[in-house]
Amino acid sequence: MPIHDQGYRRYGGSRAGGRAWWVMFTTGVRTMLGNRRWIVLLVVSWIPFVVRAVQFYLAANFSQAQIVAPSAATFRDFFGQQDLFVFLMTITLGASAIAQDRRANALQIYLSKPLTRLEYIVGKLSVLIAFLLFVTWVPAMLLLVLQVLFAGNFTFLKANAYLFPAITLFASIEVLMVSMCMLALSSLSTNSRFVGILYTALIFFSKALAGVLFAVTRGSSFSWISFGNNLALLGDVIFRVPPQFETPWPVSLAIVLGLIGLSAVILERRVRGVEIVA
Amino acid sequence: MADLNPVVSLDNVTVEYGRNRALNGVTATFGSGAVGLLGPNGAGKSTMIKALLGFIVPKQGQMRVLGLDVAASPVEVRARIGYMPENDSHIPGLTAVQFVAYCGELAGLPRADATQRAHEVLYYVGLGEARYRNVETYSTGMKQRIKLAQALVHDPDLLFLDEPTNGMDPKGRDEMLELIRDLAHNKSVNLILSSHLLPDVEYTCEQVVVMDKGRIAAAGPIDALKQPRGRVYELRVKTQGDLDGFFDHLRAAGLECHSTDDDVVRVFVPGEGGARKLFALSASAGVQVRHLRPSVPTLEDVFAHAVGEE
Repeated sequence: MPIHDQGYRRYGGSRAGGRAWWVMFTTGVRTMLGNRRWIVLLVVSWIPFVVRAVQFYLAANFSQAQIVAPSAATFRDFFGQQDLFVFLMTITLGASAIAQDRRANALQIYLSKPLTRLEYIVGKLSVLIAFLLFVTWVPAMLLLVLQVLFAGNFTFLKANAYLFPAITLFASIEVLMVSMCMLALSSLSTNSRFVGILYTALIFFSKALAGVLFAVTRGSSFSWISFGNNLALLGDVIFRVPPQFETPWPVSLAIVLGLIGLSAVILERRVRGVEIVA
Repeated sequence: MADLNPVVSLDNVTVEYGRNRALNGVTATFGSGAVGLLGPNGAGKSTMIKALLGFIVPKQGQMRVLGLDVAASPVEVRARIGYMPENDSHIPGLTAVQFVAYCGELAGLPRADATQRAHEVLYYVGLGEARYRNVETYSTGMKQRIKLAQALVHDPDLLFLDEPTNGMDPKGRDEMLELIRDLAHNKSVNLILSSHLLPDVEYTCEQVVVMDKGRIAAAGPIDALKQPRGRVYELRVKTQGDLDGFFDHLRAAGLECHSTDDDVVRVFVPGEGGARKLFALSASAGVQVRHLRPSVPTLEDVFAHAVGEE
């Protein structure tokens, strides 16, 4: 008969329901912040912000620097610059999000606890969304605040009041689309490396295909084939800058919404406590 | 098992995987304490547990766990139960104490309490010294223990243990069975132990539900099921012909018989006049009885009788 150092005690403390997704979120964020490579990526992703902040400072304080004065297009361009970091973060964090859990049979552990499948997905999604917003929405909003502080007046803000909702709307659409797509891909495999390669291939292949069609047709009406082009077109419309492509923006919006919907359907089918092979 | 307040009850539950019917109109109750869920592979034991956890939605029927309807309140049900899965499962990238504490938090415990209980439970299951190691580096036996720890951390009222001794060495198996027995008998934790290993169930449980081909084949307290409705004999015979022919002859006379691992046949003779009846039948079949010994009915007999095993 084994002798154990300590016995088993019944638990008489408090229990809270309905916060499992929050536990997943806080644990996920904490884990990532303990990863040195991830911290380096976060810091590097803020370099464009620092450059823009300097630009805003110069434009506000030196009349010779008016040529670099901010406009709505500046904010649109800023999001374009952040695309690389959005891509890298999505690959690094998102590819393993569900694939690793599937490899380790962790789904049945999660779903045997008092959380629903939706809470599990929200928990996974929230970590990715939080970090992606941290490199898109947060710096863009800070830039807007810095512009007011450096200029010492609200002239720019009054003339471009729509930038607040524009930044929020575009960041939300971009982050939601890439997070959902990546999570859906992650749920399809148990190999996170394969998921990362698949995501990269889809992004670049669709972009290359759109490029080939542009060369053949001498027009950009097929730009909707590329996932990135659809987001870019929506960004142009939201920030009220001339659109880069001829595709009507409702088409791009429909494709983006379709991708989000398709990802939701995949997640609903793949995130289960038991894999049924009928 | 007529329990006024059953811990788990199933009423006409049917689960289908495509065309395959895994549970076929199952009606059963599981009382408090330790209940064994016995059955050969593919009998529907794991399917029943997964249905009770809400992983699988039955085609028909109603299930209640701790008085709660599984279909209406799956989250509330899972808050009060612990599940030790059959296959290797863990949350990747965590040490044992992080993993178990995380499971406690997911079950609703405050972070400090979850961490404290994680340490306690890991000591309880015998992983105290290895609690800061990454779970992925654990041996099979240690992985079985940590699965028990994550199921226990939030102090469930009911534990589902699916083949808990799978892949364990004899010493580890004995220790695991001791833990299960301790939980059920000394810590007032209700548990359902799914296994195809009869000794495991017999050692840890007072009651048993035997499943076969998606149906309940037998259910009740083990002692009551083992009560003879006749006599059991161990028999060794010599015959010129085929032994199977002799078995058929016994079965035709209403006797039940099944071979054991040793060169011995266990024969159940219903009613009165057991040994005399057996000698008469052997003589009429032209078979010499070389060894005949009255035996005590075992859970193996109950199981064999229930699933019609030879």
